Order: sequence, then structure tokens, then C-alpha cells
Amino acid sequence: MISYSVEKEYQGLVDAYEKAGGDRSALGKPEIGNLVIHENKVLSANGVEGIKIETRETETGVDIYFLVEEGVKIKNPVHLCFGILPREGLQEIILKVNAQDNSEVNVIAHCVFPNAIKVIHKMDADIEIGNNAKFDYKETHYHGESGGIEVIPKARVKVGKGGVWQSTFTLTQGLVGKLDYDFEVFCQDKGIAELVVKVYGKGHDDIKVWEKIHLDGTGARGLAKSRLVLSDKAQAEVKGETYGNAPYARGHVDCIELVNGTEAVARAIPIVSVTNEKAKVTHEAAIGSIDRRQVETLMARGLDEDEAVDVIVRGILR
Amino acid sequence: MLEVENLQLRLNGKSIISDLSLHVSKGEIHGVLGENGTGKTTVAYLIMGVNNYKPTGGRVIFEGQDIADLSVSQRAKKGITLAWQEPARIEGLKVRDYLKLSGDNFGIEQIKHYLWMVGLEPAQYLDRDVDNTLSGGERKRIELASVLAMKPKLAILDEPDSGIDIIALPFILNGIVEMNKQGSSVLLITHNEKVTEIAHRVSVLCAGRILRTGEPSEMSQWFKDNCRACVHINEPVGEESL
Repeated sequence: MISYSVEKEYQGLVDAYEKAGGDRSALGKPEIGNLVIHENKVLSANGVEGIKIETRETETGVDIYFLVEEGVKIKNPVHLCFGILPREGLQEIILKVNAQDNSEVNVIAHCVFPNAIKVIHKMDADIEIGNNAKFDYKETHYHGESGGIEVIPKARVKVGKGGVWQSTFTLTQGLVGKLDYDFEVFCQDKGIAELVVKVYGKGHDDIKVWEKIHLDGTGARGLAKSRLVLSDKAQAEVKGETYGNAPYARGHVDCIELVNGTEAVARAIPIVSVTNEKAKVTHEAAIGSIDRRQVETLMARGLDEDEAVDVIVRGILR
Repeated sequence: MLEVENLQLRLNGKSIISDLSLHVSKGEIHGVLGENGTGKTTVAYLIMGVNNYKPTGGRVIFEGQDIADLSVSQRAKKGITLAWQEPARIEGLKVRDYLKLSGDNFGIEQIKHYLWMVGLEPAQYLDRDVDNTLSGGERKRIELASVLAMKPKLAILDEPDSGIDIIALPFILNGIVEMNKQGSSVLLITHNEKVTEIAHRVSVLCAGRILRTGEPSEMSQWFKDNCRACVHINEPVGEESL
């Protein structure tokens, strides 16, 4: 096992964070909130006015309490960086979020595991979005090329009246390894939930995505969107569930899985359920090979076939 | 520039294209006029080599070379391109990036220029995706802009006017004329004889074969007189039976 000093840990993690698309400079600015965690150690935690970040290191990870105070609109995105640099390790993040009424924040998280051979990263989140609060959460992963990683992000999100939860989970760099994504959102009156997942599976990646939206309040709206591209022997199963339980609730499940090659396997299980006669939920799922017409359109502009496929794949995962 | 000689295509035992011959000269806008179902799109696909269509007979010669065995990319690199009747939608691909694919080292000003040429306000379109959020007419104009940006030697335009409203049509036609002025030959495929007014010559297609070729006004009249009520859709017949 390689041992890391705290400073080396921080520099190593920030290097990986930058490679994954993170903004290195943002982590050093006092006016920008951040939280950097390596394995079970908190290397940096900077709350800004209107945000409180409390952490507790545990044996296998970190418990986090993230509060956005009532009525506060945070100007700059808050940056999170979680990761494990050694080849082996376990990181369990227990996250409690309380975005109080009328607050607003954007959170950009990068999860980096560049050397993973036998790594497990778990996140168990319990999130409350207050009335008319808005929380935008973008999580981008960077994994190494070995595929020796298991990622298990789970979240339960309660969205208050007029509140908005938007999340985008992106895992398109490196091998996925094993992913078991499970997000569930409950929306009250006029609450909005948008769940977006983008994953590029390669090698022997094993991907499970489960998006659930409960539209429990009048006029609540939900979108469960997933975009997956699979090549080699990657396998994926996407479940998108939306429940229209209140008048004028509107939900949509939108799943596209592209299979590039003959050995990858994609499955989609959309579930739409309506228990109120004035609710409406729709779904669309498209699973299959990359559209030949799209490829030929780009080839007719002079791109080789591989280049054309690459443009299409990058587009769908953008 | 383009010689199509005795082209044939049979699919599932049925003759789709039958002994079709066509000549497009350098610098020419050559109209192909035919009713729906007469094989116009099939001819475009056979020349471009898309949709897995391979001729079951005849030759397609471009600049003296038989291109039957070339891939779509290879044909494009030789200077041929196709604008589909219903262009593909590509999620996540911005208009600016789509147009950029058509040429080397394109700057933003050139991309804007090509959008202006088809009557689209660049500020409204550069950052939109070439996806289902565009209307049919918008997508077709962007397709034409993409072909303009490529500056091909031969542009095959399959029904560039279909789905276009009367306000946008002049922009499309003007774009085709500009394309020709900048040096491209054009194979202009349409069922609308008015569109062929911008062509130098027109060939009338029926049941997978060219019936006659001539001046646009003459062919337009002949088309109206003979083809409007014709039932010979992909049922090859002799001209004498018309």
C-alpha cells in the first residue's frame, strides 16, 4: 500500500480533480464554498456565508451535514471533491442536506478514483429541499482504466412546495466498473424534479440505474432522463419510474441506450403510474445500435465512420 | 463530372431503378423531377452510397472514376455530399459544431456567414442542438448551410423544398444558387417543377428511369402534362405507354 501525507493527498486529489474537469482555482478561493475529502479524511472544508458544512470522520468515510440557510441565494457554485488515490479503499459518504425555504445553490461535485483496482465508493444522501428552494447538483466521476471500482450512490430527496431539485450524474471517463445508482425524489405541490444520468460503459462494466420520481403534489413536475452508451461487453439496466399521484402532475421518463458493438447488452424498464385522473405521465425509451442515418450524415461531410460514431456518442453524453 | 450509366437496382425481386442514365456537368444545376415513389431518393442514395444500397447493374462515374466500391466517407472526401430529404437529428451536437465538421479551420464568422445564407439568424441558432427541438424547416436550412460550408464538387439535394414554408423557400433556392456560384455542381431532386426553374437542365424521372432531359421550362411543362396523373410508380413501363 502506498501511504500519503496529508499535503500529498491534497495535491494528488486536486490533480485528479482537475483532470476530471474540476476547477482547481475554485478550491482555493475563500469566497467559494468547497469540501475536499480523501478516503475518510476531510482535507478542506470551506463554508461561505449562508452555507454551513459540518463533517465527522468515521472509520470508513465521512458524515456530512450541508445546510443552506433560508432565503440565501449562493452566488458561486459550491465545489465538492471526493476521492481515493490508492488502488484499494473504501469511502462511505453519509450526506444530509437541508436547503431551507427560498434558498438557492449550485453544487458541483467531482468524484475521482484514478488508480482504482479494488475501490468501493458509497454515498447515502438524505436531502430536503424547502419550499421555493432550488438545488442544482452536478456530479461527475473520473475513474481509472482498470474498472476495479464499485460506485453506489443512493439519494432520497424531498422537494417542498415550489421547490426545485435538478441533478446530473455523469460517468463517461475511464471504466465505470460496477455502478448501482439509485435516486428517489418526492415532490410536493408545484415541486420540480429533474434527474439526469449519463454513463459510457466499456469493457466489462456493469451498470444499474434506478430513477424514481413521485409527483405527490398538485402541479408537480418530473423528468427522469438517462443517456447510456455501451460498448465491448458492458451491460446496463435502466429503470425509470414516475408516479403521478396528484392533479395536474406531469412526468416524463426519457431513456436512450446506444449499443455500439455486438456484445454489449442494454435493458430499459420504464414504469409510469398514475393514481389521479388529472395527472399525466409519459415515457419514451430507445435502445439499439447507433442510428445509421446519423452516422451516414456525418460521413457525407467527410468524417470516417469511427469519427462519426465518436461525434454521436459525445453528443448524447454531453 | 458525374456520369450515371445504365444504373439498376432490384430489391426483393422488384425493379426500383431501371437502366437509369444521367449526366451532370461541372458547374451545372441539374434537376431531377419526379412524382413521389418514382425512385428519386433511391438515385440519391445510390450515388452517395448510403442506406446499404448497391447498384445491381450499371456504373456511377465521378470525375472519371467508378465510385461503386467507395465508402460514404471516401465519396465525401472526393467532393460529393448529400442533403437528405429528412436530415438526421443528432442530440448534443450544436449547430456551430455541426457546421464546423464541414470544413477545415472554420472560424465563427464563416459559420455565421453560412447561416445567414440560408436565412437563419446566427445568434438564435449557433448554440442550439441539431436535434428534435428544431422544426423540420429549420433543420433543412441548417442542412443546406452545412452543405454550403463543405463547398462540395457535387451536392445532391434531396427534396430541399419539402417541408419548407413559402417564406423560407426563397432562402433555400438562393442558397442553392449561391452554392452553384461558389463552384459546386448540384443534383437537385424534387417533385416540384417550380423549384427546377433554378436548374440549367432537368431530367424527368418515372418508375426508376429517366424519360427525358432538357430545358427546365420545357421539362416542367412536359412533367405537368404527363406525370401529374400518372400511376406508374416503380412499375417500369415504356415511354410509349404514357
